[in-house]
Amino acid sequence: MKICVCVKHVPDTAATIRLAGNNGFEDGEIKFVSNPYDEYGVEEAVSLVEKQGGEVVIITVGKAAAAATIRGAMAMGAHRAILVKTDSQFLDSSLTARALKAVMEQDGLPDMIFTGKGSVDTESFQTQYRLAKSLGLPIVNEVSKLVIDNGKAVAERETGGGEKQVIEMRLPCVIGATKGLNEPRYPKFPDIMKAKKKQIKEMDLSDLGIDVSQGRVMIEKLEIIPERSGAKMLTGSVDDQVTELVRILKEDEKVL
Amino acid sequence: MARTGVLIEIENNAVKETTLGVMTAAAGHEIYALVLGKDVMAVKDKLAEYGAARIVTVTASGDMASSPDLQAQAVAAAVKEFKLENLLGTASATGKDLFARIAAILDEPLVSDCVQVNIADKTVKKSHFSGKTFATLKVNGSILLCTLRPNSIDPVAAPAAGEIIEFAADVADPGQIKIVETRKAGTEKLDLTEAPIVITGGRAIKAAENYKMLEACAQKIGAAVGASRAAVDAGFAPHSMQVGQTGKTVSPKLYIACGVSGAVQHFAGMKTSKVIVAINEDKDAPIFSKCDYGIVGDIFEVIPVLTEKL
Repeated sequence: MKICVCVKHVPDTAATIRLAGNNGFEDGEIKFVSNPYDEYGVEEAVSLVEKQGGEVVIITVGKAAAAATIRGAMAMGAHRAILVKTDSQFLDSSLTARALKAVMEQDGLPDMIFTGKGSVDTESFQTQYRLAKSLGLPIVNEVSKLVIDNGKAVAERETGGGEKQVIEMRLPCVIGATKGLNEPRYPKFPDIMKAKKKQIKEMDLSDLGIDVSQGRVMIEKLEIIPERSGAKMLTGSVDDQVTELVRILKEDEKVL
Repeated sequence: MARTGVLIEIENNAVKETTLGVMTAAAGHEIYALVLGKDVMAVKDKLAEYGAARIVTVTASGDMASSPDLQAQAVAAAVKEFKLENLLGTASATGKDLFARIAAILDEPLVSDCVQVNIADKTVKKSHFSGKTFATLKVNGSILLCTLRPNSIDPVAAPAAGEIIEFAADVADPGQIKIVETRKAGTEKLDLTEAPIVITGGRAIKAAENYKMLEACAQKIGAAVGASRAAVDAGFAPHSMQVGQTGKTVSPKLYIACGVSGAVQHFAGMKTSKVIVAINEDKDAPIFSKCDYGIVGDIFEVIPVLTEKL
């Protein structure tokens, strides 16, 4: 069984974002990590291959520095990787999907594809759908439970209000992973060392015939959402504090 | 005036409040309210009141309820049939899924979870980097597809004709995926991501049964109850209740954090709330430096008083 996992290299949620110019950010100093949702995909792929045999190939579209994130996925057990290099962190989802498709076609189509349910940097929630459509494959996103049996996948997906859908499809398919699917493993030291020797094939976006100017969604401006500063702390007895809070919420903020 | 479709979400025979906000975002344009299914009797007046020039019932042969792909095919066909220039919807779990499918079918750009949309300029504003920045995006497609973060826009009535049009899409279900079962939730009443008010219990809630205290409070003000990651990981609440990174993103008008320390990953899921209130025993809890109103106190003392006074 060949499984491709699409992994994105994103700024750590704990990192402080500093803007550069009108629509960029300083990415030299801050810590980057694997998109957290993608790790559930890596774990699922690796444990499936551990049970059934096969290989796990990581595919990343991102800046050259994404190799560090790929090594992390390899330390979790992925066998090899392909990195499609871009100049910017921001690439139109349609183009990312085209790049992923082109790579998979070159490398040989997989039996399954995992992605995260979305990325925590651009929060676009669509690349996996475009990839699935372009390959003619079924897709289910936000999957928190998955059973693969006899060429069939049964996925559980959360919708609103805690409701769950159980969805069936045939393999090959695309699964967008989320929390609940598994507990991603922490790689041990020998695995980290072994990962250093695994192969990362690198190419440029332009090698796949994709030009960033074909993007249809452009960032015009980035602005920092200001942190709230200095909460109004209520004082007095519990009764006084709550009375004042309710008054504020009703009369000043008008949210009740 | 651009021909603008709004994908209508209906729950318990009523148009969802968050959908009315999406219609308001399209105010001033010719709104086509797209309803999946034939039956609009219960909702037609409301849709007309909130600006629908036309109400389109979208049907297709096959079982739409069990196939998100068929739903997407049918809506995509409606977009073409009525030559819609924009299609807006709610960034609910269903809305996000359906819009991504529609965008892939039409091969048109989509922006998810926006807080603002400017239809004339084809620009949108949305969170990037988990609530740390807002990005203004320019969309250059033939159609603008966009889902809006629930509660971003307050619904305002703007009566229009509400002419009903029946549209039977000539599409086939690709038959690749099938919803074989839908399991209703046991505990939660309201959808977290769409609720106007959210009350969240953190680690200090100490046990699963103590969420009853928050639920009692929530019930009085029409709020949904959430949980922090710490509370979910401790087994006090299911993952479906988790707010924050690896959980749900919420943006209610009022967010009340009870016994939540306020990690950056938690803020990633609720930072764009209008008003944030924190109740925590620890006066040095990080949440107090990033909220609007704070009460230092034991949640087991404060919440019952709050419930009583609301």
